Order: sequence, then C-alpha cells, then structure tokens
Amino acid sequence: MTSVPVTTEKAPTGVVRRFLSRRASWVPVFAAVVLLVVIFAAAQAYFGNILTPRVISALLLDNAYLFILAVGMTFVILTGGIDLSVGAVMAFTGMFGASLMRDGMPSAAVVPIMLLLGAAFGLAIGVLVQYFDVQPFIASLAAMFAARGLAFMVSLDSIKVEDGAILWLQSTRLQAGVGSWYITPTGIIALLVVLVGALVLAFTRFGRTIYAIGGSEQSARLMGLPVVRTKLLAYVVSGVCAGLAGVVFTAYTGASYPLNGIGTELDTIAAVVIGGTLLTGGSGYVVGSMIGVFVYGTIKTVISFLGADQSWTRISIGALLLMFVVVQRVIVARSNRR
Amino acid sequence: MKKILRHRMFWPVIALLALIVLNTIARPSFISITVQNGQLYGALIDILRNSAPLMLVSLGMMIVIATRGIDLSVGAIMAVSGAVALTIIADSPSPDDLGTVLVAILVGVLVSLLLGIWNGFLVAVVGVQPIIATLVLMLAGRGVALLITGGFITTINSAPYKFMAQGYVIGLPFAFFVSIAAIVIVALIERRTALGVLTEAVGINPEASRLAGVRARGIIWGAYAASGVLAGFAGILYTSNIMAADANAAGLYIELYAILAVVLGGTSLAGGKFTVAGTVVGVFTIETLRSTILFLGVPSAVAPLFLAIVVVIVVLVQSQRLRGAVAKLAQALRPKKPEVAR
Amino acid sequence: MAADTEARPIAQMRGITIEFPGVKALDGVDLTLRGGEVHTLMGENGAGKSTLIKALTGVYPIDAGTIVVEGTPRTFRGTSDAQAAGISTVYQEVNLCTNLSVGENVMLGHEVRGPFGIDWKSTHREAERHLEGLGVRIDTRSLLAAHSIAVQQLVAISRAMVTDSRVLVLDEPTSSLDRGEVDQLFGVIRGLRDRGVAILFVTHFLDQVYEISDRLTVLRNGALVGEYPVAELPRAELIAKMIGRELDEFAAISRSADREIDRGGDPVIRATGIGRRGVLEPADVEVYDGEVVGIAGLLGSGRTELVRLLYGADRADAGRVEVRGRPARITNPRHAIDRRIAFSSEDRRAEGIVGDLTVAENIVLGIQAKRGALRKLRKAEQDAIVEEYIQALGVRPANPNALIRNLSGGNQQKVLLARWLATAPQLIILDEPTRGIDVGAKADIQRKVAELSEQGLGVVFISSELEEVVRIAQRIVVMRDRRKIGELTSHDTDVDDLVAFIAEEHDTQESPESVA
Repeated sequence: MTSVPVTTEKAPTGVVRRFLSRRASWVPVFAAVVLLVVIFAAAQAYFGNILTPRVISALLLDNAYLFILAVGMTFVILTGGIDLSVGAVMAFTGMFGASLMRDGMPSAAVVPIMLLLGAAFGLAIGVLVQYFDVQPFIASLAAMFAARGLAFMVSLDSIKVEDGAILWLQSTRLQAGVGSWYITPTGIIALLVVLVGALVLAFTRFGRTIYAIGGSEQSARLMGLPVVRTKLLAYVVSGVCAGLAGVVFTAYTGASYPLNGIGTELDTIAAVVIGGTLLTGGSGYVVGSMIGVFVYGTIKTVISFLGADQSWTRISIGALLLMFVVVQRVIVARSNRR
Repeated sequence: MKKILRHRMFWPVIALLALIVLNTIARPSFISITVQNGQLYGALIDILRNSAPLMLVSLGMMIVIATRGIDLSVGAIMAVSGAVALTIIADSPSPDDLGTVLVAILVGVLVSLLLGIWNGFLVAVVGVQPIIATLVLMLAGRGVALLITGGFITTINSAPYKFMAQGYVIGLPFAFFVSIAAIVIVALIERRTALGVLTEAVGINPEASRLAGVRARGIIWGAYAASGVLAGFAGILYTSNIMAADANAAGLYIELYAILAVVLGGTSLAGGKFTVAGTVVGVFTIETLRSTILFLGVPSAVAPLFLAIVVVIVVLVQSQRLRGAVAKLAQALRPKKPEVAR
Repeated sequence: MAADTEARPIAQMRGITIEFPGVKALDGVDLTLRGGEVHTLMGENGAGKSTLIKALTGVYPIDAGTIVVEGTPRTFRGTSDAQAAGISTVYQEVNLCTNLSVGENVMLGHEVRGPFGIDWKSTHREAERHLEGLGVRIDTRSLLAAHSIAVQQLVAISRAMVTDSRVLVLDEPTSSLDRGEVDQLFGVIRGLRDRGVAILFVTHFLDQVYEISDRLTVLRNGALVGEYPVAELPRAELIAKMIGRELDEFAAISRSADREIDRGGDPVIRATGIGRRGVLEPADVEVYDGEVVGIAGLLGSGRTELVRLLYGADRADAGRVEVRGRPARITNPRHAIDRRIAFSSEDRRAEGIVGDLTVAENIVLGIQAKRGALRKLRKAEQDAIVEEYIQALGVRPANPNALIRNLSGGNQQKVLLARWLATAPQLIILDEPTRGIDVGAKADIQRKVAELSEQGLGVVFISSELEEVVRIAQRIVVMRDRRKIGELTSHDTDVDDLVAFIAEEHDTQESPESVA
C-alpha cells in the first residue's frame, strides 16, 4: 500500500496533435498570419504593385506608433483588463512634449518626461482598478477623458516640432538602395518594443504572472504570486508605451495636435484581438498583436490604393474583428465542453 | 435620516443639487427663466432641451447595463440613423412635407432597430462579450454612415424636421417632451410589467434566471434592440438640432457620457438593479456640468478633463474599499469583510 | 500506520476567532499539525472547516488567536506569507491556471532563471523531477487544461513540494475523483507523510478518513469539539460528535416514507434511455404521483447529470421522455416548466439564488417567468404568495424585503423551494437541497418534502447523505460512474445495503461510504 502508484500520460503522438497539446494558444496567431498572407496575395493579384519594398517599408513607418500601443495593450488585455486611454495619452504626451520643446527644452530631457507622464497615467488607472475595484473599462475611460482634456489645455491648436533629434527619428532612412527596403529610427523603436515586450512576457516572472492572472486571478493570488504589483505594472507598461507612441507619433507628423489619436484605442484593441489575444485574458502574444497591426495597416493601404473612402478601413476592421471574435468564441466554447 | 443617507438616489441627487447651487451662486441668472413670445428661455431650459439625445441614449444604455452588458455602438447608431433620415429628406422633392419627414424618421429608427437587433444577436445568441460585440458596430457604424452620406455632411431645410429639436410646445422645448415620453415609456415598460425585475434577475445571475425559466436570451436581445431604437431617435434629434448629418461628429463620445450618466444614477456596471429616476438625474447632472464648464469659459474641448474628475470622484464614492475605510474611520459602520464562504 | 503520537508539532493554531458581519465563523478554535502525520478536519458543512483552513493559509485575517509555525509566531497578511512560512494548500476546485503548461503551473514564481530570464529547459526539468517524485509522468509542456482533475490535483501538490512545504493542506481533494484516482492520491499522501510533511486533510467521506488519517479534529458550529487519535474514535461516535444531537426529529419523516405508492396509471414522468455522450449513459427513470424517488451515488456518479437532462438544463442526445404518458420534448428549462416540472440546482449560489434581489422577488421569480414579462403579478397577489411561503417554510428572517444574499444557506434553500412550489409543479427535482445547511433547516426541508409528496407531488431527491435518501425516498435509483446501476425500494433497504450496492463489482475492496 505504501508504494507510490504511477500516472503516466504520454505526450500525444504526431506533430500536429503534439503541437496542439502544447501550443493551442498559437493557433489564432497563425490564423492572423494566414489572413495577412491572403490579403497580401489578393491585393498583389489585383494591383500588382503592393508587394514592393517601398510599400511594405511604409507599413512599418506609418504604423510605428500603433505597434507600440499594441504591445502595451497586449500586456493589459492579457491580465483580463482593457486600456481605453492609450490614444488620448499619446495625444497628451505629444502635446506636452511639443510645448516643452517649443519653449526650448532639449529633447533629451523632454522624452523621459513624456514617458514618465505616460507611466503616471498607467499607474493612476492601475491604482483605481486594483485598490478601488473600479472596472478597467471605467478607470481607463476616466484617464482617456482626462488626457484628452489636458491635451487641449496645453493648446487648442497644433504645435510644430522643430527639435532636430525628434525629427531625425522620422526623417532618417536607413536604406538598402534606392527604391528599396528602408527603415526609420521610429520603425526600429517599434520593432524593439515588440521584441522587448515578447521577451518580457516569455522569459520573466513578471510576464508569466501576467498570463497566470489572465488565466485565473484568484488562482494566481492563492499561488502566492504578486498579483497587485503585476497588474499595476501592466497598466504602467501600457502607459509608458502610450508615452513612447506620443514621441513616435510627434516625430511622424512633425507636429502635435490635440485631436491626434481619436479612436486609436479602438484600432489598437482591434489589432490585438485580430492578432489572437483573448479579451478574457491569459492567452495571446505580442507577436500576434504585431501581425494584427500589420493586418490593420495593410487594409488601410489597400483601401487607399483602391482610392476608396477611408471609412472602409473601419468597416473592414470591424468585420474582421467580428470574424475573429466569433471564431474565438467557438474555440472557447469547444474547450469548455471538454 | 440614516435611511435617506443610504438611499441609492441620495448621492446622485445631492451631486445635481450641488451643481445647481454652485452655478446659481456664480451667476444668479442661471436659475432665472424668462418668457418671450410665450416660450420659456434660460439656462435650465437649455439643459432640458440639450439633454434630450443623451437622455434617450442613457435610458437604452441603462437597460443594457442592467443585463450585465454594455452598448458602445450607440454613437455610431446615432450617426447612421441621422444619415439615413437626412438623406431621405435631402433626396425627396418635398422636404417640408410632414409625410416625408415622418417616413424619414421611421426609416432612420427602423435601421437603428436592425442594428440593435444585430448587437443583441451577437451577445445573446452567439455569446460574444458585449464590449466586443458592440465595438464591432462602433468601429464600422460610422463608416457606414459616411457611405450613406457619400462622405459629405448632408444638410437640409425642412421645417417639420427642424421642429423636433428646436420647436416649442406650450412654452417648453419639444425635445423635452420627447425626453419625457421616453422616460415614461421606459418606466412603464420596465416597472408596470415584470420586464424590469426579470432584466435585473438576468443581470445579477444569468444561469439561475435561465433555470428559473426566465427567457434570458430574449430579454438580453430585447435590451440591445431597445438601446438601438432609442439611439436612433437620439440621432434624429441630434441632426434636427444642427440640420446636418455629420457622420464623424454625431454622437461622438455619447456612449461614454451615457455610461457615465447611468453609473452616476446609481446603477452598477456589474449589472442588476437599475433605477430610471437615477439615470434621469445622472443625465441632468452631466448636462448641467457641461453647461457649467461652458459658462466658466473653458474651451469645450477641455471639458472632458472635468468629466474625468467627476468620473473618478463617482467611482471612488461607489468603491467599497473607500467606503469601508471611511466607515472604519468614522466607526459608524462595520467594516466590510470578504463574503462568508464556508 | 498510525504515527508516533509524540511527533513534533509543526503548526499550532490557538484560540482562533474569526467574525464576519453578523456571524462568528470561528470561536477560539485550536489545531495542532504534527510532522509525519495525516490530520483530518471533520465537521458538518458550516462547522467552520473552510474558514479555519483559510485562516491557516492566510486568506482570511484572524480576529483573535495565534498561529505558530515551527516555533515562530506568524501573522499572515496573504497567501504568500503563509507559503513563505511553508504552508501550502490544494483546494477542491484546483486553483491553478489551466491556460498555462503543466510545468509552469508547478514552477510559477519559482522558475529556474538564467542570465537571459527564465531558463525554460531547466524549469521543465525541475517540474518533471517534482512530478516524478509523486509518481506522475506527463508531458510538462502540455497545457494543464488537457488533463483530468485528478492529474491537476497532483500538479497542485507538486507545486506545494516545490516550495518545500512543511504543511500541506488538502481541502476536499477527493470529491471529484474516482476510486483509482483516490488510491493514487492516497499513495502520494502517504509518501509525503513518510517524508515528514504535516498533512491537513478535509473530506466528507468517512471511509477515507479511517483509511488515511492518524488524527482527527472535530468542529461544530465554529467551535472545537475535540482532537482524537483515529484509532480511539469509532465511526458512530465521530458522527455523534459532528452532529451533536440525536436524530429523533428525523424519525417522523422516515415513517412518512413507508407509504405504498400507487403505480397503476401513467407516471408523472417516464424517461427511457435518456443520456448524453460523455456525460451520462442512457438510463431509465420514472416517477409517480406522490412518490419520492431518491438518487444515490457519489459526486460525479452522474446523478446531477441525469436530473439536468430530465429538466432540460442540459440537452440530452439520446432517449425519450413522456410526461403523464404523452411524449414530451424537453431541451431547455422552459419546456420542463411548461410541463410543471421544477428543478433546484445543487449549486445554490451560482444557479439558484439571484443575490441582489429580495426574498419576495426571488420567491415570485418562478411564477413571474412562467407568466411572462407582460403579465406582472399584482402587488397584493405577490404579497399573499410570499407571505404564505415564508410562513409555510419558516424562512428566517421573515422579512420579504431582505436581500436573499444576506440569508443563511438553509433559508436561501427554503426560498428556492418556495419559488418552485409557488409555480404549482407536478414534479419537483431537488439536487442536494440540504447541502451545507444547518440541521434544523435540513429537518424542515425534509419534513416539507415528505408532506408535499403525501399530498401527491412527485419528487426526485438527490443527496450525498445516503441516510437522508433512505429516510425520505420510497424508491432509490443508484448511480455509479455515469450510469444507472440499479434501483432499490427503501423499506427493505438501509444505508449499509445501499453502500454495499454502490460498492458492488467495484475494483477495490474499500466501500465508498459517504456521510455528512
């Protein structure tokens, strides 16, 4: 009776089943990749000039801020929360930074201030959510209102940025040749943020705790994980990303305008969801969100190629979002039945 | 006294009264109402009139929130219904004909009903989270409205249409009567029938309600349909006020104001118990606040900042933790402990 | 098997008192856990077992008393404090993250880290090592969600071992395991005990108590009854200590059950071959007017699944149902309600009460749902119904405007019973109506069921307490392993027969017996 019985459950055989037993949560990411490829293929077949280095390089350049926002948003959504403030915080930090630079402050001092401002907004949301049981939706909504109002308080009109370093981020093109691939420092920043985000989520305790909280906050707490600190930090990450997006977007437009980024929070959430992150938390990847932003950017490009009204972008994104959400819903329903 | 203090309507009403008093102190003209040509004028009358679209949207939002849902698409639905109605009138040979206007309104509202039914289908039948289900339409709806107006801002001239938002009946703005009608109809439907309590039951415990035989699916579906219809009427009122269909500006942020009005009125975002009266007070509070901000000479663009401050105050007041801490300090109430789970 | 009685105490709780608003959940309770010993915490539902465990594991702060771990007084401000002190817990509803891999669940918060963050290879190797220490060999990179509850439980125990816990708390770990899985779990527990871990075990299954534990602490109504070596406390005495009073009041109920049921006409309900793949093998059930049909079987035997199919709470994919001889298609609760069938779920909190509504609103919810939203009950009608049932069932407090979530479990159950009785059903299905409620309310509910059946109501009655089933039912359907294994009539059956019947043809010698 004292011998320990043995439970052996063999890993499923076969590449596909083994993969599914271990990495089922990557399936939505692949779905997004497939979608991206299909859009590209269809557009290339139709226009013939989509798959050019110039167009694809421009995708990264035009959506650099969105990549950064999507990374931050992924952290928050993985915990099961949501951050509606990112577009407004991006606008406010951009405005504030631009006004400081207009007053002659060097960009080396301004950029850290912008990041700190973003962090402060994230922290405020986190505190409301964590300490006062405010729903993330409402807390981040308040932050969104506040940031938007503050952006207008800085100035009702756009502020031109003449700081060389900021403009350099955008104007420098590291090019492989004329008419060939290029990348701007803003693009590099965006890719770095994606890389760092992915590594943090995969290889740090902070990152894993985020997944655990998203899987079951109660379990995470009972397991003795630092739930409070981690959730606060997730919102701070999103805030810092919004601040950084403010820097990048200011560089991109060469000016700050208080109306920047209206509706961007929705684009960001849509991109994250299309990239395979479950809104209920606990499942998803930064890389998926990157794919989601690419899908978003490609649709935007295709629609401008078509010369169609840009309202079609939102309609298409809405339709795609719907498709992905319904698919997610089916996946969740099936795994629940098991 | 304690009973009054703990009544769910206590804080909302106090907030509204405080705002009115502050305004009156700052500018005594605030509460004065003048009569010109048998019509009443004054800041308070403006609030009654301007609050109508928000009132309609908030009532719909309240019902949806009571079912544990949320409807982000109301602003987009407003844009669509306004665009539909105005396009019909603009394309009609007789824009001043009452029949044309009625058809335009009817079609605009019917389209809104369809959009509401679509939302309800996604939530109640497919089982998509409400935030996302309605986010889809929030994203796509304005695009649809832009397509309807062909990307332009459609403007019209139609006296009957203009009357809705700008006309007067027995000295009061017609829009106010629309508000009253909506409040009365919603209150009657929810409280004279059992719909209200069944809606609350579904919002509080969907599974228990289903097992008790409540047609939860139908109730949830109906809530989104109602929200769609009310948003449709709000879109008509909005376009009637400016006599133009601006797909981008119509109902912008109204979903957020409406959610705020509902929460201010004491309905929890977690669903369940709701009060029509609370929502009405919430709407007037927000409208008064807007009027105050305007009066203070703050650019309307900065107004969101003040709203944010109000939101934070409200949620902090509603927060159990803060209440617990305050109560502990005052030693008046027992501190809250985690629920007894044995 | 019994450990040395002089074993070293690892954790000592003294005079633990915890108050919730309006309730003293624990009143000066002591508990001593010794290394190399399995200590079982016994008590009826509501005795304070869970609260005591939550105090030990840092979930609830204590209002009075001391906790000493390995000689050091401790104050736990959270579960991580308790874990740092070497106290780990495996909860009944396994608290792990099913969205993560097995290995990660074992190692979360203790991952092996290299210069570039978490070293996943070593982390999984560590996890494998810990799992193998418990005799579990599974792919640590597979998702936890893909594994059975039994395996998840072992994963949770491995996790406790990662932190090198000195005290392992197992809160009803066996309630959803089959016999083979229980054997394996017990093997693991014995292994840990022999390594000197102090184990606190909570269960409802009496035979498991006698099989695995060395010592017992009995609680009743939030107070300590006493601590006893298992060998010195026979079952009958243990039950008496847990219940604390004689069961005279149940005798009358039992007499009522000894009625002859007229099975001449059509039954209220007759289900033939009703089942659902993976949930329940096809089974036959019939209930006649005035009859109480008990369903006996362990948790997970298919008893709840069976009645949920009857009611349409879940959809059956096989079988036919006749109501009063006429074919009936019941695929959702509305269909059942329209045929005057009522169902009270075993999960009172999640599937029964509507917490933020009042007692009155909860009582009339069933009628109102049946009438439809448009035909609202008039206030006077509603008041009359509510008043009648509050009186008839003895709901306390007798205030129709109290929120139901503020009532005790027993009174909530009475309100739910009222909700269904008010709809005038011809058949009522009660799934564990007496679980987790005090003895008084238990007797009230049983008495009411007996009374109603005498008046002609058909009743299906499920309970984990076999005595209760035997006492109240005329006929008993016995379930095991998701299928019906037979039927007994109750006047020639006693609990021992029933236990024997459930245990028949079973793989192991131990008879699964269950008493509250």
